[in-house]
Amino acid sequence: MSALYTTLPPYARALDMTVVDEIDGAPVIGMPFADRVQGRPGLLHGGAISGLLEIAAIAAIHQALRAKGSDSNIKQVNVTVDFMRGGLSQMTFAVGEVTRLGRTMANVEARAWQDDRDKPIAMGYMHYLIKAKREG
Amino acid sequence: MTTGKTDIGTLAPKGGGFDPALVNKLMGKFGHGGFLNMEYVGHGDNWVELAIDWREDLVADPDTGILASAVIISLMDNATSMSIWTKLNEFRPQATMDLRIDYLRPSPSGQRVYGRGICYHLTNSIGFVRGYAHNGNPDQPLAHASGTFIRTGGQAT
Repeated sequence: MSALYTTLPPYARALDMTVVDEIDGAPVIGMPFADRVQGRPGLLHGGAISGLLEIAAIAAIHQALRAKGSDSNIKQVNVTVDFMRGGLSQMTFAVGEVTRLGRTMANVEARAWQDDRDKPIAMGYMHYLIKAKREG
Repeated sequence: MTTGKTDIGTLAPKGGGFDPALVNKLMGKFGHGGFLNMEYVGHGDNWVELAIDWREDLVADPDTGILASAVIISLMDNATSMSIWTKLNEFRPQATMDLRIDYLRPSPSGQRVYGRGICYHLTNSIGFVRGYAHNGNPDQPLAHASGTFIRTGGQAT
């Protein structure tokens, strides 16, 4: 069991995202509601929800690589976000699931929810390139 | 953008058209748009271009200074969303249904990122959008976006 990935990028820290839990070995990222993540008054901005999904996906893939003993870098190729419900002015959570981790690419699915994990406010589907660190 | 009250509608009075520069003063000064300091750059009949300046707290990786990809999503979300109102020449409440971003290359450290959103088709309930992000030269895009918005209420009255 490798240590939980908790070092989030500056962008995530600026939005007050933190690792609050883990589900199936993947870090759960929490993001409190604040003006800086607000779109229309009282509701989350779709971009902030997407950001939370991306951070959860990146955390999940780093965790999966670490579990494999790999120190490879990742490069995001694309993302598709489906917005299902408006995000209310409360804590939002997200977790990523690495659906496939190959040698050259990975597929990740991330889910964002508020009160009920079975009622996602948004889902993200991402592709990442896996880039082995160059020797020397 | 997520679903919500038609607060932006108050900026665009009935029959008064839609002014993306004016509306960005609201969307780009408060909330998430304010956090990112989104600025209005220009618009045409069916497009709006916005920009975000590079900032240390918006990066994905402190070693490279590459901008977090999510910043590009927010930029494209706002630019494409506003392109619909611009094409309509009117505000209408809507929610992002989905948005896809292809990251062609990273947005380098220190560089301003521009996002152009284009509404290429509009039905009574759906706005079809695409767009791209660049660092000042539209011929060298760094990301492409496509998505759909769904109308969430009647015409702003």
